[in-house]
Amino acid sequence: MKNSPVKTIVSIGIGAALFFVLGRFVAIPSPVPNTSICIQYGLLAFMAVLFGPLAGALIGLIGHFLIDLSWGYGIWWSWVICSGIFGLLMGFAGKKIRLEDGTFGGKEIAIFNIAQVIAHLICWVVVAPILDIVMYAEPANKVFLQGLVGGVSNIVTTAIIGTLLCIAYAASKPKKGSLKEEK
Amino acid sequence: MRNIFNYVDRPSPIHRLTGATKLVCLLLWSFAAMSTYDTRLLVFLTLLSLVLFALSRIRFSDVSFLVSFMAAFMVLNNVLIFVFSPQHGVTLYGSSHPLLSLGGQYVITREQLFYHLNLVLKYFATIPIVLLFVCTTNPSEFAASLNRIGIRYTVAYSVALALRYIPDIQKNYHEISQAQQARGIEMSRKQNLVKRLKSAAAILIPLILSSMDRIEVVSNAMELRGFGKGKKRTWYMGRPFRPADILAMVFCALLLAAAIALNVLNGGRFWNPFR
Repeated sequence: MKNSPVKTIVSIGIGAALFFVLGRFVAIPSPVPNTSICIQYGLLAFMAVLFGPLAGALIGLIGHFLIDLSWGYGIWWSWVICSGIFGLLMGFAGKKIRLEDGTFGGKEIAIFNIAQVIAHLICWVVVAPILDIVMYAEPANKVFLQGLVGGVSNIVTTAIIGTLLCIAYAASKPKKGSLKEEK
Repeated sequence: MRNIFNYVDRPSPIHRLTGATKLVCLLLWSFAAMSTYDTRLLVFLTLLSLVLFALSRIRFSDVSFLVSFMAAFMVLNNVLIFVFSPQHGVTLYGSSHPLLSLGGQYVITREQLFYHLNLVLKYFATIPIVLLFVCTTNPSEFAASLNRIGIRYTVAYSVALALRYIPDIQKNYHEISQAQQARGIEMSRKQNLVKRLKSAAAILIPLILSSMDRIEVVSNAMELRGFGKGKKRTWYMGRPFRPADILAMVFCALLLAAAIALNVLNGGRFWNPFR
């Protein structure tokens, strides 16, 4: 099933609102002081798989931009861009997963998780630190460590929450070919 | 529902500028402050942003929460930079004037302190402007402004939808979370990490599945009304530019030009007083 352009627009809007609410108000305290676990990336991965690369990229960009704006500490462009890239990459991976048809079994779980690990590593361990160095001239070892910690925690949360969301969504959809004509 | 974006409705010259102007100025200003490490320009931007802040009649009490949060973030970031790279300033400025040794590589140098000063100034130069934008721009006008600066109206409309549904989703989340907690779900520090994530999923799944239904309903309603047919669209909150708007945008463009010119004159992004 192909989504209509209007549906993509609405999914971007509501996806960004969900991303915002999860990122801004739902902080799960982590063992490390002063940091909390971001669960919004599990949602972003799921939405990107379902609605495609454009929707994924824009949900990440708009959602993250609004979060930064609402905190008022200035817009950390390097990380906003990376949220967009993560959505984009997951959207491309999503072309291999037919979530809309209600199929999300072992093979799809493997594709989803391999894709999210690669996408997170590209974003937080490669692109975000490089942008931080280029844009803000911060010391390299600090930004790479920050990126690594952020990336790994995002991978864990996406693996748990993203996978659970996909399974739950697929279960709520009728399977393709589940109806048979009676003879 | 609390106003999350802290819009303060209080007439002032800054409020009278259109949202599009303020967005353009915010972008130009933050790119200018981001690209330069020239202390003189950063000091100028900081002073100017404080003047604008006074002009907008935003009171400190309106933003005190945001300011305290941001101060904590700034201190943490500076401490982290010093812990990871105490000699960063020395590499950047190419000279070393040690002041105090803390053992090992942890030597406080004038260059490092100067680098931290610049970093702090960068925050002071940008944050008042972001606060100003957030406090003086009506969220409903924001989408119209995005369209005005050349972003496709379909994308601008997604932003409008996001702003429209944030309070609804927040309320929805709160209700589901309380219902699940009444059934014994625990998300505090007492629980171990994996269990905490699983209980988060128990709240998220109903929230997201109901949002999927919402997407269906809203997109059907929009499609029935013929959304996306025309090439253009008008905005209820859109306002025409006035001379003050043009003036503000030209001024901010000059600031960015000054930042770029200084980068060229200094032969890099850093103004080096140690040379």
